[in-house]
Amino acid sequence: MKFGVVIFPGSNCDYDTFFVLKDVLKQPTTFLWHKDHNLKSANCVILPGGFSYGDYLRSGAIAKFSPLMQEVMEFAERGGLVLGICNGFQVLLELGLLPGAMLRNKNLKFLCQFVHIRIENENTAFTHRGKKGQVLKIPIAHFDGNYYAPPETLQEIEDNRQVVFRYSDEQGRLSEEANVNGSLRSIAGLTNKRGNVMGLMPHPERASEALLGSVDGQVIFESIITKF
Amino acid sequence: MINKKILDDHNLTLEEYDRIVELIGREPNITELGIFSLMWSEHCSYKSSKIHLKKLPFRGKNVIQGPGENAGIIDIGDGLALVFKIESHNHPSFIEPFQGAATGVGGILRDIFTMGARPIALLDSLRFGPLTLPKNKAIMDGVVSGISSYGNSMGVPTVGGEVYFNDCYSQNPLVNVFCLGLVEKNKIFFARAEGKGNPVLYVGSKTGRDGIHGATMASAEFGKETEHKRPNVQVGDPFKEKLLLEACLEVMDKDLIVGIQDMGAAGLTCSTSEMAAKSETGIEIDLDLVPQREEGMTPYEIMLSESQERMLVVAKKEKVKEVQDIFSKWDLEAVIIGQVTDGGKLKVKASGKVVVNIPVKAIVNLCPVYERPWQAPAALKQDLVKESISLPKDFNKALLKLLSSPTIADKEWVFRQYDYMVHTNTMLFPGGDASVLRIKGSRKAIAITLDGNSLYVQLEPRSGAMIAVAEACRNLACVGAEPLGVTNCLNFGNPEKPDIMWQFKEVIEGMAEACRAFSIPVTGGNVSFYNDTEGISIFPTPVVGIVGTVDDVDKVMSPGFKEEGDSIVLFGENKEGLDGSEYLKMVYKIEKGPLPSIDLEQEKRVQELCREAILSGLVESAHDVSEGGLATCLAECSFVSREKIGFIVKLEDKISVDSLLFGESQSRIVVSAKASNLRKLLDLAQKKKIKAKVIGRTKGEKIIICHRGREIINTPVEEAYKAWKESIPHYFKIGA
Repeated sequence: MKFGVVIFPGSNCDYDTFFVLKDVLKQPTTFLWHKDHNLKSANCVILPGGFSYGDYLRSGAIAKFSPLMQEVMEFAERGGLVLGICNGFQVLLELGLLPGAMLRNKNLKFLCQFVHIRIENENTAFTHRGKKGQVLKIPIAHFDGNYYAPPETLQEIEDNRQVVFRYSDEQGRLSEEANVNGSLRSIAGLTNKRGNVMGLMPHPERASEALLGSVDGQVIFESIITKF
Repeated sequence: MINKKILDDHNLTLEEYDRIVELIGREPNITELGIFSLMWSEHCSYKSSKIHLKKLPFRGKNVIQGPGENAGIIDIGDGLALVFKIESHNHPSFIEPFQGAATGVGGILRDIFTMGARPIALLDSLRFGPLTLPKNKAIMDGVVSGISSYGNSMGVPTVGGEVYFNDCYSQNPLVNVFCLGLVEKNKIFFARAEGKGNPVLYVGSKTGRDGIHGATMASAEFGKETEHKRPNVQVGDPFKEKLLLEACLEVMDKDLIVGIQDMGAAGLTCSTSEMAAKSETGIEIDLDLVPQREEGMTPYEIMLSESQERMLVVAKKEKVKEVQDIFSKWDLEAVIIGQVTDGGKLKVKASGKVVVNIPVKAIVNLCPVYERPWQAPAALKQDLVKESISLPKDFNKALLKLLSSPTIADKEWVFRQYDYMVHTNTMLFPGGDASVLRIKGSRKAIAITLDGNSLYVQLEPRSGAMIAVAEACRNLACVGAEPLGVTNCLNFGNPEKPDIMWQFKEVIEGMAEACRAFSIPVTGGNVSFYNDTEGISIFPTPVVGIVGTVDDVDKVMSPGFKEEGDSIVLFGENKEGLDGSEYLKMVYKIEKGPLPSIDLEQEKRVQELCREAILSGLVESAHDVSEGGLATCLAECSFVSREKIGFIVKLEDKISVDSLLFGESQSRIVVSAKASNLRKLLDLAQKKKIKAKVIGRTKGEKIIICHRGREIINTPVEEAYKAWKESIPHYFKIGA
């Protein structure tokens, strides 16, 4: 099992993700440079959080054109595991690997805080170590995390059980208040139809050490690790 | 020809002009005059403050770098050092809040990574006028968004700071930005231009006409026409800066360069002349080679531009190609624009002609130094007649009102716009006494705090400054940290006014005394004068930034109560007096003194006691008593605990109830402790000769305070919490 963490210009959760995988979870992990055409035989590619290319246009819109994305697309098509966290999620949407788009948060402000998310589908490569309905305490930090998709797409992803996480309260109840950024159907995490590509707005790498207030994010990484 | 009008436009006096002529042996041309005006501006030269700043203690066993570089450096052991500094961006933030604050963040970040350190934390001290005025809300919203936009994009966590409100900041808000970096001791870089023939490289954004005269602008009062100065404010590009950060750190890590300096205030002028002056060399550059964003820029404009996100690098001659390759990897161009010379001169060419040829020493080191006249204002002490203050009918209401005072109220509305968690080191979230970061791979944690109660300083500059230092150290003690170094941002009015100069002198002397008492060196800082608009000065506002370390990361303490049934213990004494308190200001609209007195020796022992108690595992929480007094402190301990734990406190002090609840007497800390640790804790206090008293215990869902058998406060925690929590968001609701 080997993780590859992509560095785009403007990535800023690259080192945090690398640290958790390599030093906390003791997994072979390597950085992947956006200009290369080489996935360095990683079994799971992570697009980390940050502000790729400054996000001056649309979040993730320019990162889509990075040379390495060609390999990431092919890797995903072959069924390789790809996890996009925060800005990485936005890049996956821009690449078309996941359906939908991100709008500004409903309060039109950047939001950094702990939230709770509920596992909706435990039968994925990213969640099989958790239970359906399990609530994770995990931070968000984004300006554009308000998930949007047209009604027919929403229907489709619900029918296919592609919605993996929803924002909830501590007890796992959905509410407008718990849905801090205003996402449609409280969607916090989403896979493609095949289930090998996941986008997640919250940051599991920020919830993987007790010292920082939560280890719930480990469920996601452990799921990936034990898949192999 | 240089005339009086030109000198006025450049904020130079006739005497200063004569000195320039004498130093260079001829009349300067307009570009040279522009260079002198920038480097001799108050902002760059510290000409009015230098004489007084010398009184601060600079030395200490942990100091690697004191004042005079881009930032101070403190040794924290294990081969690591902390690089930190605070800087003001007041004037730009008033004119254009978003970009003013954003570029303030950009500037301080460059100061830190210029020294080879990766920036790991930002904090801000922000001062605004009351939120009842729409203009102040707009300024605050813009400033917070600007900080958020730049800091978040850079991926440097904004982990804390303070937000104060007072009428005096309505026409002159303050934005002071602090940054801390972590560096391996043997990888520190300095702004040096050594080695004749070494190439000088320009890296980063292209030069435009933005920000010309920024430093000069920050060195004069504002009148009614500040709107016209908007073009003086630069626009930030955090993405470019992020690339610069990564590329510069990579270049420095590979030992390819001899020196590096950011182009902040006074841009190309400051970076070239300062680097050369520090190395006693010269620099020669050709402006035709400087990447430019606009056409037809004159040498004057290029030299004076304050375009952001630019660095000047002196590379090792044989390593230029490698340097350029690294910058190019990060999509940045590193252009050779000149070289180091041995002539001691700044020589600038444009279109084949020499347009500047002046000794760097004259620009950097020979600026006149002023001992400006100072005089204590005639009506200084506006002493409060305590008897004239009637007791409130309902202390519950008074407490709720105080908790909703924006200065005291919860600042989550601000902090959650900042990414305070990136880097995954943040152990305590913003809003506590101090911010705490773990160091990956070390047992130590870093603690940082910013503090400064300007009302105190207005009432009594000397003791106000002492209290600022004492309180900042106390904040660190409450998380278990030992203070190691100080940086300060000194925000004052026009130094040409004798009463302002007097405030400044008093503050420096008070600060020096307190820093000596706590044995903490001042490693640098920033002076911001001319915080006056239409002749009205702000309160003198020294902001103190103190960094320290906690030896054991597992012992880091937080302010919130942890469990029901714990004993609440007060270190220190409750004293009679309401002077300078937030309570008087909020409830009675009175801002009067004298201040609560402070005994620095006593203060030091209280802090030692708190630190030792924390490190020995005797306490469950610790929070210092400051604005809002004891009642506010206790309420905060109750809110910030995970479950919002109530308490019942019984006080026996023979002082008036309002002083007891809301007075701000110094040197007090509230801790909570398990019954099993109580004996040991009280023994420790006795050993330290500090009064420690069990005043109550954590219990239930109510805040209850009794005085000599009479219940004076009884309110549900939830209600008090709401007053505290909802105050600031309420002002920003649409339609509010």
